[in-house]
Amino acid sequence: MSRYVGLVLVSHSVDLVYGLQKLISQIEPEVPVAIAGGAEDNEIGTSAIKIKAAVETVRSEKGAILLFDLGSACMNAELALEWLGDQRQVKIADAPLVEGAYAAVIESGCGGSLDEVWQAAQAARCQEKMI
Amino acid sequence: MAITIKQLVLWLETASQRILQQKSYLTELDQAIGDGDHGINLSRGFQEVTSRIQSTEYDDVGQLFNAVGSTLIQKVGGASGPIYGIAFVKGGAALKGRQEITIAEFSQFLHQGIAAIKSLGKSEEGNKTVLDVWAPVASYLTENGENTDWAKAIDHCWEHAEKTKDLKATKGRASYLGERSIGHLDPGAVSSAYLFEALFQTLADGNRAV
Repeated sequence: MSRYVGLVLVSHSVDLVYGLQKLISQIEPEVPVAIAGGAEDNEIGTSAIKIKAAVETVRSEKGAILLFDLGSACMNAELALEWLGDQRQVKIADAPLVEGAYAAVIESGCGGSLDEVWQAAQAARCQEKMI
Repeated sequence: MAITIKQLVLWLETASQRILQQKSYLTELDQAIGDGDHGINLSRGFQEVTSRIQSTEYDDVGQLFNAVGSTLIQKVGGASGPIYGIAFVKGGAALKGRQEITIAEFSQFLHQGIAAIKSLGKSEEGNKTVLDVWAPVASYLTENGENTDWAKAIDHCWEHAEKTKDLKATKGRASYLGERSIGHLDPGAVSSAYLFEALFQTLADGNRAV
């Protein structure tokens, strides 16, 4: 079991989360990051089944955080959590995908708890980008 | 009047054909205010539903609706999959073990499906979504019950689909357009109207056959 809170990146596009996974794994290679991109056939869309499988891959004793891109991805993420049965220690962050994932991977890499990682992702909503 | 499993299967097959026929139109509507995949996604989902329900013999309405909902959730990548899917899965749960259902039970199925859509989509009627057809159809069936006039019920669902033109979208991709979404029909409301039109046609034909 990992010492880190796992991250699940959910997007309508496989390419988008594939790239994002590479980006954030470069910063914290030890944090488990799984992707659930595209519909079942990898076309644009999202898939609750893929999301559920991704959560199961990275979920540690410390839990997992899901980040998503657009509206219906959230619906499928919620369905996936419902199917998981045990929803404890799994949370969806309401955050911009790139900035939220970046903040979350750093917090997780520093040994943050589930709530701390979730809060780091949520805080990315209000972060100014042009300083 | 009881609605049999055979009629429900026929309904879903008819709806599936209708959605396939209207695939380009639904996509066109979605290109105007959404991401342009509604017709493609939904027709693909309903084709999968048809092949699944044709290859299995159902003697339980709850199981049938569960199969329909799960297939839609699995096979439709866009928002319409989870939205339509959850309505069938959650709405159908109370119909486990039933070989036929009354109109009142069907209305109940719709009401429970609507509650599931509201909870998953965090939406209400008036947000320019499928709910703007599902909710009036459910109320209409609840009010009229066994005395429902199927032709009038069809008019009723199209009237409500048309009304989405005047609404401003606050949910889904269309919400990014804000005021600019006014003047366009909601693709989900229109596909819902096809779904219920197919139901009412099936029930009208069934009654005539008797």
